[in-house]
Amino acid sequence: MPELDIFAEANRQLTICNACRYCEGLCPVFPAMEIRRSFTPNDIRYLANLCHDCRACQQACMFTAPHEFAISFPRIMSEVRMESYEHWSWPGFLAKSFSASSKGILLGMGTAVAVFAVAFFAIPADRLRTAHDGPGSFYEVVGYAAMIIPALLLAFYGAMIWLQGGLRFWIDGNTSAGKDAGIGTALHALWDSLSLRYLSGGGPGCAYPRQRPNQLRRIFHTLTVAGFMSDLISTTLAFLYQDFLHHLPPYALLSLPVIFGAAGGVALIVGTSGLIVLKAQSDRAQAADNAYSFDYAFLVFLDLAALTGILLLICRSTPAMGVLLILHLAMVAALFVTAPYGKFVHFVYRTFAVLRFQLESRDAQPQGGH
Amino acid sequence: MTPDWDVIVVGGGNAAICAAMGAREKGASVLLLEGAPEYMRGGNTRHTRNIRCAHSRADTFFSGPYPDEEYMADLVAVTGGPANMDLARFTIEKTNQLPQWMTEHGANWQQPLAGTLHLGRTNRWFLGGGKALLNSYYRTATRLGVEFRYNAMVEDLLIENDKFTAAVVRDGDRAETIRGKSVIVAAGGFEANLEWLEEGWGKAARNFIVRGTPHNRGTTLRTLLSKGAQSIGNPKAIHAIAVDARSPKYDGGIVTRLDSVVFGVVVNNKGLRFYDEGEEIWPKRYAIWGGLILEQPEQIAYSIVDAKTISKFLPPLYKPFQSPTFEGLADQLGIEKSAFVKTMADYNRGTAGNTAVRMQVLDGVTTRGVTPAKTNWALPVDTPPYYGLPLRAGITFTYMGVTVDERSRVVDNRSRPFKNVYAAGEIMTGNILTKGYVGGIGLAIGAIFGELAGRDAATNARA
Repeated sequence: MPELDIFAEANRQLTICNACRYCEGLCPVFPAMEIRRSFTPNDIRYLANLCHDCRACQQACMFTAPHEFAISFPRIMSEVRMESYEHWSWPGFLAKSFSASSKGILLGMGTAVAVFAVAFFAIPADRLRTAHDGPGSFYEVVGYAAMIIPALLLAFYGAMIWLQGGLRFWIDGNTSAGKDAGIGTALHALWDSLSLRYLSGGGPGCAYPRQRPNQLRRIFHTLTVAGFMSDLISTTLAFLYQDFLHHLPPYALLSLPVIFGAAGGVALIVGTSGLIVLKAQSDRAQAADNAYSFDYAFLVFLDLAALTGILLLICRSTPAMGVLLILHLAMVAALFVTAPYGKFVHFVYRTFAVLRFQLESRDAQPQGGH
Repeated sequence: MTPDWDVIVVGGGNAAICAAMGAREKGASVLLLEGAPEYMRGGNTRHTRNIRCAHSRADTFFSGPYPDEEYMADLVAVTGGPANMDLARFTIEKTNQLPQWMTEHGANWQQPLAGTLHLGRTNRWFLGGGKALLNSYYRTATRLGVEFRYNAMVEDLLIENDKFTAAVVRDGDRAETIRGKSVIVAAGGFEANLEWLEEGWGKAARNFIVRGTPHNRGTTLRTLLSKGAQSIGNPKAIHAIAVDARSPKYDGGIVTRLDSVVFGVVVNNKGLRFYDEGEEIWPKRYAIWGGLILEQPEQIAYSIVDAKTISKFLPPLYKPFQSPTFEGLADQLGIEKSAFVKTMADYNRGTAGNTAVRMQVLDGVTTRGVTPAKTNWALPVDTPPYYGLPLRAGITFTYMGVTVDERSRVVDNRSRPFKNVYAAGEIMTGNILTKGYVGGIGLAIGAIFGELAGRDAATNARA
């Protein structure tokens, strides 16, 4: 939908919802709506990012199509979210990967193929296909600098793009709410985001992928986040081991980097695979047309990065190590390159939206309640 | 021929699904016939959001105790006394256990909605409203083994010697006879049948807006009456509130109501005020304004507020008409201009100097020398732009139904119960409510008599 149309449509639906309010117990989107009488595009972007897409409202709504009110709240929230990712992204030509999600997928796949191809042909075959052993064996295949410098640069770039997006979300929100709020409020919001408190349909569970409320998505998402964090810890520990303790990888199976790495990898595989299966069963009509391939791309890259990582761990003393290493690095590179321009960004706006809700709901009252 | 089912339930709303679960839990085979398509199942229960229950102490969802006696006093005050005192007493007593029963059958709860805190002591809110409750109930009933048919309009009940034998079901061009050992009719009222309402209301009925499902046409009620069931309640009695005149003809539900009346004045299309807008605040104003609008020419009225008060009430569904002058507003609304301008001038003279009102109480800030008076919250309407919202009568439910006994069996014209014909919900609510309404009692009656009828019908079928 063109930009103006999605905000007009979101306004139409929000006006009906604001006169009804039956859903206010399901999630914070409706209480946040109720303290407003009209909705600017930035209000709507905020509500859309506060929405966790649990779809309980769609199940509860008596005004969904074929009713003439044709409420389709999860879908319009999804459409606005996609628009908002692009709106707050930078630079423009890369931000386009949100509206044309095939561009984002091509960017990721292109990166993966390019990294793999370059490494495959640049590294002499004997180094790539023979078994290596002992400290520093990975670097015999890909040099330390070649591995770490692009990764750090990409991570730094991605984090900067995330941060500028988050700041623009906050500035656009133009909120003066909660000026007196302390760190407790921020921690509360962080916990609400991480625990996916608002993915529970107000208690009984999220109506995703089908009508019956359940906690599956919350569990798989938590595994995905925990797995990612665990792998981040593993990488950080490995960095400390290597550059401060001068102890080169690979590390023993019962060393901390391997334990965190393996646990994280398994959690990521289970989490992302679970989310992929749920998504395949879900109702496509309730999400923006371009959201599905966009979501899948992120999940699949994350899943493949974890899968190749685990395979690398299993085969690290075999001749397959070299190829698996560059395959794993190619997947990680694809993930890093697409991080600021794919589904990964959702955590930035979601966290800020939950924080804003915490601040707003401290003092605002619903409109027209008496 | 052996019957196909132990219990056939006609209808798909709260009373019907509670009846089906009640019967199935007693071991009966149960077929539920819902006249609506699946996406619209549940009748007007879809538009509900809370249930009134007596309770002796506060809990997570009730802000304080609500004893049986107080419930009864509220019922008597609004209705002038229930039609059948025994059934009313029985209902109220049973509501004490109802929340637990509902929870066991899948209901989830929430705190009262914004703007309804004054009902938080007497009424209990189900999470997400009536459709969410129905979804939970239908899942539970499915798990229990109740069978459902949608688009299954029951057009006749075969009754021989006071005994039901079969229901005739129509789905499109196809009519089918389904035999059952007993039947529970829980198919709502006839508020969506404007031709039937025309018998009592004349052509004015054509201007009703039906707030709920278009499927409540009273077909099975008519059938029961034609088979000798004893009717109860005034056929003309309806519950109607003020809704936006631009609302959908059917099924607009809660979003079409307007809260603006008390904040300004209300005129008819002759430009004249006709009732004290400040008589009473929620919930009474809901119940009276529907009837008042029906008495006006062409069954239409207009709520007029100004820039001071436009944001005091729930944001309306449709954009209010707006003009810097009363003349301009009259043109837009199509009401008699000179009379309207004079009405507003008179009202504003009569309220001159009134500057502050307190909406939480009957504040006695009144008009002086204006007829009719506005007896509370009478602020002048003098700050442009002026806003106008067209109002029509939105019909919620009808009162006339069939008489039932203490087992929820339908009683015939000789005051004897049919052997195996039961009624539950709106179709028998007239046994308790004669006029007026205490919010959330309809669902309580439906659940209690539905479950009661279900259990009794199951026992009856297996005897």
